[in-house]
Amino acid sequence: MPTLRDITGILEDAWTRLDEGADAPAGPAIYPFPGDVAGNDPALTGIHIANDVDPESVVPMFDRVSLISVAFPAFTDGRGFSIGRRLREAGYTGRLRATGPVLADQFRYLLECGFDEVEVPDALAARQPQEQWERAADAVTLNYQRGYAGRRNILEARREARGV
Amino acid sequence: MYSYDEFDERFVRERVAQFRDQVARRLDGSLTEEEFRPLRLMNGLYLQLHAYMLRIAIPYGSMNGRQMRMLGTIAEKWDRGYGHFTTRQNIQFNWPKLKDIPDILDALADVGMHAIQTSGNCIRNTTSDPFSGVATDEIEDPRATCELIRQWSSLHPEFTFLGRKFKIAVTGASSDRAAIRVHDIGIEIVKNEAGETGYRILVGGGLGRTPMIGKELRAFLPREELLPYLEACLRVYNMHGRRDNKYKARIKILVHELGIDTYREHVEAEYARIDRSNTAADMAEFARIAEQFAPPAYPELPEQSAIFERALKAHPDFAHWVEQNGFAHRVPGFMAVTVSLKPVGGAPGDATSEQLRVLAEAAEQYSMDELRITHEQNVVLPNVKKDELFALWTLLKSQGLDAPNKGLVTDIIACPGLDYCALATARSIPVAQEISKRFSDPARMADIGPLAIKISGCINACGHHHVGHIGILGLDKAGVESYQITLGGDPANDASLGERTGPGFSYDQVPGVIETLVETYLGLREPRETFLQTYRRVGMAPFKEALYADAA
Ligand code: HEM
Ligand code: SF4
Repeated sequence: MPTLRDITGILEDAWTRLDEGADAPAGPAIYPFPGDVAGNDPALTGIHIANDVDPESVVPMFDRVSLISVAFPAFTDGRGFSIGRRLREAGYTGRLRATGPVLADQFRYLLECGFDEVEVPDALAARQPQEQWERAADAVTLNYQRGYAGRRNILEARREARGV
Repeated sequence: MYSYDEFDERFVRERVAQFRDQVARRLDGSLTEEEFRPLRLMNGLYLQLHAYMLRIAIPYGSMNGRQMRMLGTIAEKWDRGYGHFTTRQNIQFNWPKLKDIPDILDALADVGMHAIQTSGNCIRNTTSDPFSGVATDEIEDPRATCELIRQWSSLHPEFTFLGRKFKIAVTGASSDRAAIRVHDIGIEIVKNEAGETGYRILVGGGLGRTPMIGKELRAFLPREELLPYLEACLRVYNMHGRRDNKYKARIKILVHELGIDTYREHVEAEYARIDRSNTAADMAEFARIAEQFAPPAYPELPEQSAIFERALKAHPDFAHWVEQNGFAHRVPGFMAVTVSLKPVGGAPGDATSEQLRVLAEAAEQYSMDELRITHEQNVVLPNVKKDELFALWTLLKSQGLDAPNKGLVTDIIACPGLDYCALATARSIPVAQEISKRFSDPARMADIGPLAIKISGCINACGHHHVGHIGILGLDKAGVESYQITLGGDPANDASLGERTGPGFSYDQVPGVIETLVETYLGLREPRETFLQTYRRVGMAPFKEALYADAA
């Protein structure tokens, strides 16, 4: 079982991942993109995209899904960070998941790029226990950029200090 | 000089603590070496041939005496008593121990320095004109823009795992001393017709195994749009740059494969979509940074200095040094000078801890506490009173820092090569030393005039050989070092890439080859013509003939 977590800690994964063309189960399911999801209950529908998919092509699906999972095939492949931001900028408000062998040290970057949760494979999860993810998330508490995790950034802190 | 406010300070301290934790997790096995590698690289820590190497950022090459003194302390306490200045306006220490690195980083943070993003596939240290703030041909001091970029790019959540490294250079002067045309993004501060100051953006330049000259992306970008626009440029690169082959992963390849016009369309489309408010620094923030680069309080001095004139007459060595290493300052009575780290027979860019301390002292006493590192691996003291130049020279001379060879044949750029670098295919420092000894006669050097020799120990081109008037690339041909020569490269405004002369030469032949090239030039030149001008006028043929005639 891969490990799923968000900023609050480890989560039970209610979602089932479907292979191409598989039948839908009763509960919430993640379909591989583009997925035949017309007519599904959006609350029970998720979509998984590879990191070379143009985020624009996912925009029409925003109100048909409540979860988008983005592939991180390797922790060094940072395309997913841009995809996360693009999806958020395009107005996606549902759950956003990063899926793949990303490191605890990348947790903060993922959150700031708009991801809510991270699903990492077993072997990596075993080496990097929850406590490391918690520490990594708050290792640097102030950033220069404004992200999606709701933290105040340094430019905003300076603006406040200037009284504007 | 920019000094950290409480937020910058906290940011750097937290980053050090984070790295300390990463080192601990590597040591306890939580992180594999494969996972630790990009994390340590992102903090400037390499594994080289013999040891770890720590690369420390000197943002836009600008530093003060206290910072320079700290580099001296680090060299002495944690290294073998010297450091190596690079073409990237960084300093590298070649012998630190892994366990000491966090302490070194803390010591750096004490003086407002760090090693963040001096390596790794992220946005690297932004480089600039070493004469910023003092050059007479400057529209605006580029350092405020550089600092803005430094902050924006530091631990950028989206751009820390790019396809490859990303280097940005900024110039504020009409004469390009920052080699912006051979950077991933080159930025030139310009004025538009309405007299507003903004930026001309070049993209897709670079050296390495596929050298390219940057192309114009935007002729004029308003100041307040800089960061969001860079964000769009980087995002297009991050999403579309090649990841299948690390040798084709730089932005220059993407721009080349798409064509500049298509790349521009992508960027503009992205820019139209992007949420600019995420990154656009307000102009009050720019002003806050720019204020810190306001010119120091220069005393009013006459342009002529009697003390200086007397010293010039009495000490020909001093006069020679001033003529060769001096640089006109915009304020009357002042001069900028280059301290050459290329003594005859020395390792280019190396400085001992004692020399680092003397440079600190020189800055504090004679240069309004400012120093610059140049991409030619030298140091500039930008604010020296002519009245005090002789005293400064005397101090520098006491530590062998008085080489009067700026821009001359012995002012050689060389990468570490086989002496340190794990990727090297040949030696480069010893080649530089041999050439330097061969041309040690000051009168001959002066007669030859401006000549930039640049040496790389492998195809990665860290020594800028593609843009050397004479470039030397050390390769490995069946276990034997072979040096390929290029002619006619230059990194400045009319940038050009060198052309190969022909088959390579053995290690022992190289000094003689340079000698032949120089003699050929001397025989061909017209009055006051430099090597590069002669080459551009006559072309490759006569040089080629001189080199290979015997073999034919
Ligand atoms: C000693 C360890 C070093 C290693 C392992 C290393 C590695 C590399 C590699 C792999 C490239 C090629 C990048 C590409 O084409 O995508 C490169 C380029 C470059 N490096 Fe280094 N380098 C080292 C030291 C240095 C030093 C000491 C300097 C400065 C003197 C330097 C400055 C540069 C520059 C200017 C380039 C070419 C510009 C460009 O990126 O296109 N490097 N380096
Ligand atoms: S050019 Fe090659 S040998 Fe020289 S420092 Fe770069 S990677 Fe090493």
